[in-house]
Amino acid sequence: MLRLVVDLNRCQGYAQCAFLAPDVFAMHGDEGLLYDPEAEDAQRARVAQAVAACPVQAILVDELDMAAAQGAGEASHA
Amino acid sequence: MKHGILTDILDYSNRANPYPLYEELRKTPVFHDGDGPYVISTYFDIQSLLHDPRLSSDARNLAATAGDPLAESGEEGAAALPPSFLKLDPPEHDRLRRMTNRPFGPPHSPHRIDGMRDDLRGIVTGLIDNLGDPGRIDLVDQFSYPFPVTMICRLLGVPREDEARFHVWADTLAASLDPDPDSDPTERDKTTHDARMELGMYLAGLIEERRKDPKDDMLSQLAVAHGEDGSMSTMELLSTAALLLIAGHETTVNLITNGMLTLLRHPDVLRQLRETPGLAVPLVEELLRFEPPVQLLPQRTPLVDIEVRGVTIPKGSSMWLILASGNRDPHRFEDPDRFDPYRKDIQHLGLGSGIHSCFGAPLARLEAQLALSELARRLENPQLIEDPPPYRQNAVLRGPRHLYVTCDGIRS
Amino acid sequence: MPDGALEHLKREGRIVVVGASLAGLRAAETLRDKGFAGSLTMIGDEPYEPYDRPPLSKQVLLGRAGAERTALPRRREIDAEWRLGVPAAGLDMAARRVKLADGDEVPYDRLLIATGVRARPWPNEAEAELEGVFVLRTRDDGAALARRLDAGPRRVLVVGAGFTGSEIASACRERGLEVTVAERGDAPLVGALGGVVGAVAAELQRENGVDLRTGIMVTALEGDATGRVRAAHFSDGTTLECDVVVVSLGAQRNTEWLSGSGLGAGPRGIACDAGCRAFDIRGIVTDDIFVAGDVARSPHPLFGYQFLSLEHWGNAVSQAETAAHNMLSESTDRRPHIWVPAFWSTQFGVNIKSVGVPPMGTEIMITQGSRAERRFTGVYGYQGRVIGAVTFDNCRWLQFYQQQIEATAPFPPPFPTVDRRPEGQKALPADFPDPSLPTHGPTITLSGYSPADRRMTFTPAGH
Repeated sequence: MLRLVVDLNRCQGYAQCAFLAPDVFAMHGDEGLLYDPEAEDAQRARVAQAVAACPVQAILVDELDMAAAQGAGEASHA
Repeated sequence: MKHGILTDILDYSNRANPYPLYEELRKTPVFHDGDGPYVISTYFDIQSLLHDPRLSSDARNLAATAGDPLAESGEEGAAALPPSFLKLDPPEHDRLRRMTNRPFGPPHSPHRIDGMRDDLRGIVTGLIDNLGDPGRIDLVDQFSYPFPVTMICRLLGVPREDEARFHVWADTLAASLDPDPDSDPTERDKTTHDARMELGMYLAGLIEERRKDPKDDMLSQLAVAHGEDGSMSTMELLSTAALLLIAGHETTVNLITNGMLTLLRHPDVLRQLRETPGLAVPLVEELLRFEPPVQLLPQRTPLVDIEVRGVTIPKGSSMWLILASGNRDPHRFEDPDRFDPYRKDIQHLGLGSGIHSCFGAPLARLEAQLALSELARRLENPQLIEDPPPYRQNAVLRGPRHLYVTCDGIRS
Repeated sequence: MPDGALEHLKREGRIVVVGASLAGLRAAETLRDKGFAGSLTMIGDEPYEPYDRPPLSKQVLLGRAGAERTALPRRREIDAEWRLGVPAAGLDMAARRVKLADGDEVPYDRLLIATGVRARPWPNEAEAELEGVFVLRTRDDGAALARRLDAGPRRVLVVGAGFTGSEIASACRERGLEVTVAERGDAPLVGALGGVVGAVAAELQRENGVDLRTGIMVTALEGDATGRVRAAHFSDGTTLECDVVVVSLGAQRNTEWLSGSGLGAGPRGIACDAGCRAFDIRGIVTDDIFVAGDVARSPHPLFGYQFLSLEHWGNAVSQAETAAHNMLSESTDRRPHIWVPAFWSTQFGVNIKSVGVPPMGTEIMITQGSRAERRFTGVYGYQGRVIGAVTFDNCRWLQFYQQQIEATAPFPPPFPTVDRRPEGQKALPADFPDPSLPTHGPTITLSGYSPADRRMTFTPAGH
């Protein structure tokens, strides 16, 4: 489990998170964002991609152990 | 003293390292010389201007381009097609971009890119398997070039049997953006023109086919779309497909090649990437800051006189926003000339910002992340044969023309 | 500090935070970040660790996330003693003690009050008790309402068309539920964004199948024999059958516990200075009690030093950080809280964002896009300057207008923009309702000027 919150004042709807982790982040209309505030562990690598890709750095993730996420990175590509 | 700095930036002999020139340029944050463009080079100014509704991306709002050496460069043959959304303002820009996005990404196609991860991996694996003699690899011709073209073929839905033809046209068009100064311009233009015509005819035929028998690919979905924004005309569709091809190709080639070059210059990071493939994720962001594939945006113009840092930029002036310079602005980034994928703060301008921010960004990210982590993993002890490598002519879409690498072998 | 008191505080002082939600949590994290090594106590009336509220009216009602799964991510370990599920019941300023409802007393050297707001309940208590009548503010509220929507009610009545009410209606429609919205004002969102934009919000609701009734009040809720709500009566004499009623009449500040404490706290919140220090009832600023979040009201230099109460997520975060910084700083190192108000809402598939203080605006100009297309930027003007802006699906331009507000740029904007339409050629009256009449959902409340201002009245708690 991975707790997260998006600062939607910062968010400008670039949708990188919704492209890269579509089961956690979803666009609601062209610009609005809805997300699952508690992502499954299986989504860890994709969430890490979303966090890094956010052009306005609006996604805050709890205890995002980058090392763990990186370890899972390989699996997500497979 | 500053005379000629723009000429220096465009001068091929400075292609391998334009960053000291940008540093010089930042001393005059709004640089203007004679009838040349107004050049913006600091992070915060660029960031603001990319969100400034008084700026147009539509060349029809330019008063004069005589003094702008980058005005409409290499675009002559495109005049037959309507401008793509890259060169339009809202509402036309928004409408075309939304329509193009409909079969590409969220909210309507949220799984399109995520669903291509296996395709990406397959293509990368195949290309690395076929690198041949590990003693001398050209990472550009053998890897960075073919990879994104194949991806675009898959995305658009070009049949596998036609991919080879598509590669030839893409290569020719890419070369036209990057003309060899020694070649005969008439001959060059003819080759480009022919490739453009053939590609256009091919795509028009494919669009026709997909209209009758739509599949799940992007071209079919674009061809049959009839959402709230209506449908795209065939000409608009051709223009959009051409944009996806050129913009999606050129930039990704440079991102991957610049990435490998940077890694080969930072062997520690290369080793860390090999050990921890997930490092590719922040690494690609740092790369977009450190060596962005699009160095500058040469096509903005104010709709009214605007003031930037006390300098009035008259209505209709041509403006350049030097993204690569903003990314190295010490007022924004600590130790900006250091490549550091562990940087906590990498809010770069590498993919632009605002309404024109890179359309293909998520795909470019996945392509580069996978390409770099796989090359790092599979190339055994890779070394640069030539540093700096030979660069392409283009100062805007900047990157090596070849990247010769030698390694001890290729891991499976 | 010459006598080392500040170092002593940082090393072994006692800081108490009353209010364990967004502002309280971010303040606690900031305190630890700034090197506070003493004891930290977090007091919260709800039994849950800090959670995020905005999803409750969106993801949670849409069934995309559980209400119990909205806990806020932590920026860092805060090593606090948590007193959750026990509301604060009183404050002894002289003895520096917070009294808890269970009789405990917690001593402090520095106190941060971030008790926020609660949903304004339906005024008739018996009707409010009917089964099927809800408010939406807490995690429990969200869970209960989501469960009820899951059961497929025949018709939902939303009372009040502020942002929360409108988002609830949007979620209901997206779930295919029949929904009626009753709003006392002339349009949804009118208190926050004025009549010009409210008219767009009204069309949006109607297009999406909401039975929107404006200029009307719900006069009574009626239950059946088993105590379930079955109908609502309106001020125009009509009756509506409904099996769920969501009362969305705005918020009340949680300040009753400070009654008689001597702190300048009342129904409009707790007055504090730009450095987040609370005023006492005499209008004298305290030096050990700080305020942050929805419960605070503080003066803002960009808006004529009006005391602003902001029910904004971003304000809670920013003010908490400033308050925490100032709690551990010498007076010359303190920072003012000068965050420019900003908020967002997503409803009926449209992303609405705003900066500045639109309700101060007397005029509005649609500088980009078109209201008919539901994609536009509206700029609010006040006394010849830009005071606020709103976007509907146009948010990438918003930072430009924020800069205009910060620079007190002239209104109407004297320049052309991309996407300027015929409707954007001239300014229109912004059409805000009379501010002396309460509305259902302004997210910014202008509550007078400095303590010396005649319009400012301290209202003793227990009104």
